[in-house]
Amino acid sequence: MQLSTFLIQVLNGVQYGMLLFLIASGLTLTFGVMGIINLAHGAFFMIGAYLVFQFTRFWGWPLALAYVAAIAAVVALGAVVERTVLAPLANRDHLDQVLVTYGLILIFDELAVIQWGKDVQPAEIPAFLRGSVHLTDMIIYPVYRLALAGAGLACAAGLYLLVARTRLGMIVRAGSVDRGMVSALGINVAPIFALVFGLGAALAALAGILAAPILSVSPGMGDKIIIIAFVVVVIGGIGSIKGAFVGALLVGLFDSFGKVLFPTVSSLVIYALMAFVLVWRPTGLFGKRA
Amino acid sequence: MRPAVLITAALVVAMALGVALFGSPYLTAHVTRMLVYAIFAMSLDLLIGYCGLVSLGHAAFFGIGGYTTAVLAAKLQITNVLVGLPVSILTAALGALAIGLLTLRTKGIYFIMATLAFAEMVYFFVNDSDFLGGSDGLLVRARFRLDIGSLVSLDASDRTVTFVIALVAAALTFIGLFLFVRSPFGRVLQGIRSNEKRMRALGYPVARYKLACFVIGGALAGLAGHLHVLLTSLADPSILDWLHSAQVLMMVIIGGLGSLIGPAIGAFVLIELIDQAAELTEHWKLIVGVTVIAVTLFGKGGLVGLGSALAARFHGAKVGA
Repeated sequence: MQLSTFLIQVLNGVQYGMLLFLIASGLTLTFGVMGIINLAHGAFFMIGAYLVFQFTRFWGWPLALAYVAAIAAVVALGAVVERTVLAPLANRDHLDQVLVTYGLILIFDELAVIQWGKDVQPAEIPAFLRGSVHLTDMIIYPVYRLALAGAGLACAAGLYLLVARTRLGMIVRAGSVDRGMVSALGINVAPIFALVFGLGAALAALAGILAAPILSVSPGMGDKIIIIAFVVVVIGGIGSIKGAFVGALLVGLFDSFGKVLFPTVSSLVIYALMAFVLVWRPTGLFGKRA
Repeated sequence: MRPAVLITAALVVAMALGVALFGSPYLTAHVTRMLVYAIFAMSLDLLIGYCGLVSLGHAAFFGIGGYTTAVLAAKLQITNVLVGLPVSILTAALGALAIGLLTLRTKGIYFIMATLAFAEMVYFFVNDSDFLGGSDGLLVRARFRLDIGSLVSLDASDRTVTFVIALVAAALTFIGLFLFVRSPFGRVLQGIRSNEKRMRALGYPVARYKLACFVIGGALAGLAGHLHVLLTSLADPSILDWLHSAQVLMMVIIGGLGSLIGPAIGAFVLIELIDQAAELTEHWKLIVGVTVIAVTLFGKGGLVGLGSALAARFHGAKVGA
């Protein structure tokens, strides 16, 4: 493999990994703090992308405003979903959570079809991020993909500071170890749950918005990527932000190098990685030991 | 339980006679599809309802069985059901053995996600395979046969014959599982479901029991997959999709977990619900989505739970009077 190919694959891998991290971090937080497995997390990814499409294409809003409004709308939606459907599920078993959130997927996907149709819709790239740059004499890379990787890394850094350095983060970390104890120590967990869930929804919406110009917007776009996000969470260890970050980078890099090294079976590479991790450490790289 | 089982059995036989004698070709195919999914749902009920293994990747084994049948027929010209059926069950069982060995190392939510992810791996393997027809799937152009030497020679692609095969398979699956879960082996599985640590402390090799359960469930899902291809002459990647796994899970919950007959009824009900809703509106998924959320949140024990609650109330009223 040439050095330039190698570098481009590293860039692709990091960029895809950061996208996955934005989705997986919400999943892993929701499970770690609230004890809820949310299959419908992919819906936030899809809805974020669609709302930007709606705001810019039909209502003619500037892109920046559309981004902010879409994320705010998804957070509001997430809050409603959390209060009405998910909170009552916190003490039910995982099977019920899987079924209810699967029901939510059916509803959200169909609502997207009703509102925007089944066709694949394009998404705009912000004007200042169009075009490509010469990274070296040999390597030309689209600016937008670099920006995507950068945005993902920035969010990861922000999330790390939030979780590792703030009081809220301390409660979140404690909650992922022992929810009952946090509550018993006199912390009102309900608003914390809502906050964490909203944050996860916002990150998923952001991921959807950023991915839209690359993946295109279609109903069900969240259903496939959510599985990959689950793979990331399983590899990293459920409830661990650090795990989600490492898992996302690993999956991103394995995927992009798999496409070059094993083109015929490239989509299997990340599952092989997951199988290996599960055999080695059944609770993921940074998960709680059973 | 016993009268309920007898009544259900009588209903099934009556329905079967009705369909076989008077049914339109459409109705025959429709009920055959319900029987196929009844087998699929019962096989998942064995895992979840009796062994506590919440698998979200059960469609993988349905798909392996279906694709085995399609490969045998379309590529190797082996259309005899008496060959295709056992081979499909065997390949599905082997698939379940391989996936079970890896996923059963995990527990709880990891198990759900791991089964989901491995099933997705099978999906992509098939979807990317030219030999297996990629995203178009494998169409079987030849008709399936049911041949025993020169004694019996039937056209198994005939709708009535397919129906009878599916009916016999569903009945045998139900009877087999009914006896199995009441056998000492089945009792151990139920013990593992309610308290795994205690069963281990009692000296049972829990891991081996779970694996055996997973393999049996996978094999029966393979049987359902075989019958699906017999009915539709097509194996395509949608039968491996994780949404297919979620759908069969819905059947199990609607019918009532851990009752075998419940999930079989749940399969009938959900297929009918989807068909009726699709008749009503193209956005039928909304109706199904709301239904599954309502049943999960408010329905205790699914249709079977509802039935026994009504029976208990009726019984109580009689005693009171």
